[in-house]
Amino acid sequence: MPLTLYEKLWSSHLFREDADGTGLLYIDRHVVHEVTSPQAFEGLEVHHRKPWRVESIVATADHNVPTAHRDQGIADPISRLQVETLDRNVDKFHVKTYFGMKDRRQGIVHVIAPEQGAVLPGMTVVCGDSHTSTNGAFAALAFGIGTSEVEHVLATQTLTQKKSKSLLVHCEGALPAGVTAKDLVLAIIGKIGTAGGTGYAIEFGGSTVRSLSMEGRMTMCNMAIEAGARAGMVAVDDKTIDYLRGRPYAPQGETFDKAAAYWKTLVSDPGARFDKVVEIDAAKLKPQVTWGTSPEMVVSIEDRVPDPDRERDPVKREAMERALTYMGLEPNTPMNEIDVDKIFIGSCTNSRIEDLRAAAKVVRGRRVAKNVKLALVVPGSGLVKAQAEKEGLDRIFKDSGFEWRDAGCSMCLGMNDDKLAAGERCASTSNRNFEGRQGAGGRTHLVSPEMAAAAAIAGHFVDIRRL
Amino acid sequence: MEKFTTHAGLVAPLDRENVDTDAIIPKQFLKSIKRTGFGPHLFDAWRYLDVGEPGMDLSKRRPNPDFVLNQPIYQGASILLARKNFGCGSSREHAPWALQQYGFKAVIAPSFADIFFNNCFKNGLLPIVLLDFQVDHLFTEVAAHPGFKLTVDLPAQIVAAPGDKPMHFDIDPSRKESLVNGWDEIGLTLRHADEIREYEEKRKRSEPWIFS
Repeated sequence: MPLTLYEKLWSSHLFREDADGTGLLYIDRHVVHEVTSPQAFEGLEVHHRKPWRVESIVATADHNVPTAHRDQGIADPISRLQVETLDRNVDKFHVKTYFGMKDRRQGIVHVIAPEQGAVLPGMTVVCGDSHTSTNGAFAALAFGIGTSEVEHVLATQTLTQKKSKSLLVHCEGALPAGVTAKDLVLAIIGKIGTAGGTGYAIEFGGSTVRSLSMEGRMTMCNMAIEAGARAGMVAVDDKTIDYLRGRPYAPQGETFDKAAAYWKTLVSDPGARFDKVVEIDAAKLKPQVTWGTSPEMVVSIEDRVPDPDRERDPVKREAMERALTYMGLEPNTPMNEIDVDKIFIGSCTNSRIEDLRAAAKVVRGRRVAKNVKLALVVPGSGLVKAQAEKEGLDRIFKDSGFEWRDAGCSMCLGMNDDKLAAGERCASTSNRNFEGRQGAGGRTHLVSPEMAAAAAIAGHFVDIRRL
Repeated sequence: MEKFTTHAGLVAPLDRENVDTDAIIPKQFLKSIKRTGFGPHLFDAWRYLDVGEPGMDLSKRRPNPDFVLNQPIYQGASILLARKNFGCGSSREHAPWALQQYGFKAVIAPSFADIFFNNCFKNGLLPIVLLDFQVDHLFTEVAAHPGFKLTVDLPAQIVAAPGDKPMHFDIDPSRKESLVNGWDEIGLTLRHADEIREYEEKRKRSEPWIFS
């Protein structure tokens, strides 16, 4: 019987199943950060348990770390305690792979795990973080878990799971110039809604996805969770294998070749049946901008802010009105007339080298607009930062008026000092425009790196295709 | 884990779709390394007029009188009535911790986000999925009858209002069993330790690079 990629990953890790379909799934890679792990390690200790397979753990500090003056440590004592608690747990439980705050390989969990080759095709990958779906770009079954599950994986190397349904998002056609993987995934979320993928594992497929780089695929899988799906994934092809070759935690030499031969089977078989299929015509897409407080509240840059009066469903209408009030927007305002106060280029969605190159290309030789109070570039990892500096991207950003920072989650959620003040409007390359996400009262518009860079220069949203 | 069998309690309505976990418990409270202390910060940005920070003096905060949980008739509510896709967004288990530590025992909605739904079960907080029209009906009832209470019977899989026809809800048998008994899931899994080792041996042969 032809199988989907998801079915292959599921069945190769399922080693026990109850009558109601609840199974025990083996976990190959456990990525750990400081925010969702302290209570799990504490639970282990209370029950006198130890990690089942400590070699499976890759840990880093990313959410609370400062992106400036890192040599001075973390000023906020509560943030500092959380990072120090991870340091201590790494020691106490003998975690072998830890990229602490001062390690040059430190960075956002979902950037560093693939960068190190610690995520491989055919793996199950979990982390106490919903954007773990990012790693599915490598044909891995990767999903976010809660802290109790973090403890469960630490103690048993398994998770109690039920099989998801499968959803194929089939994207055909070449992305027009100025339209990126970010625009594609925002458009998908706009089409199926933030609950459209609930209960499903999404496979992104079709010629558009095959033509994307690994970075682009990671951007798409990263936001599978914003469509409600815990896991997003892309089948293995040559790009997957080329990306992994030579990475520190990937197999080397003959073992790599043997592994690669197996990895090539990690595709959905011709004729495999999905529970649901969504078709996307990528050639018709335009750059996307969110206008509201949910990623599904998204339109193209050519559009206007939607008018709640045209919405018939009263619950939806009220949600739109509430979102517009929060965002300080009037219905029918052209998107390209909305001014911005801050720019954030970063996050596990868009902080990889390709993202920085694309943004730098837009700002090169131009200046950040006067009305923009702060324009931040926060690389996803220390290694991305080093690579960007090697290419001179830091100079381009700094010459344009951007701040060039150290790696971390930063203003995606503002657990460190990088945040929006109440009422400030931000063009952000992150993944969530929820109320208060980037700072209490802050207003987030999700866009691609190119669109964020263009907004920085213009001082308002602007169609990157016309810049 | 806390057991859940039956519960009768006051219902508070939260009439919004897509309530995300950033709203349920804002990020600044995730800096805690403890499992407790989240109740006072449930829905912090909606519940208070001032901006909440960890460690602040709760007695000095300014509650938002318009927020549903601050209205006198909903004081002591232990069942939250919500709309579709409740708990979307981040995987933070601090969200069910905050709901539970505030005093909620159950959340009723037409649908939940997957990770949040899963996290609830690990903590003895019961997420109940009812049909759209049933949830609509409950919102109408709550509005019409101040002090509206519901009884949740997990073994019977029933939600009932006084004088109304009981409503059946579905739940995975294994999840139900765990909740009713308050089982320690890790302890249960470790009973299969031999099978885990056996599986590992098999994978070490087929995909040795996973273990190197």
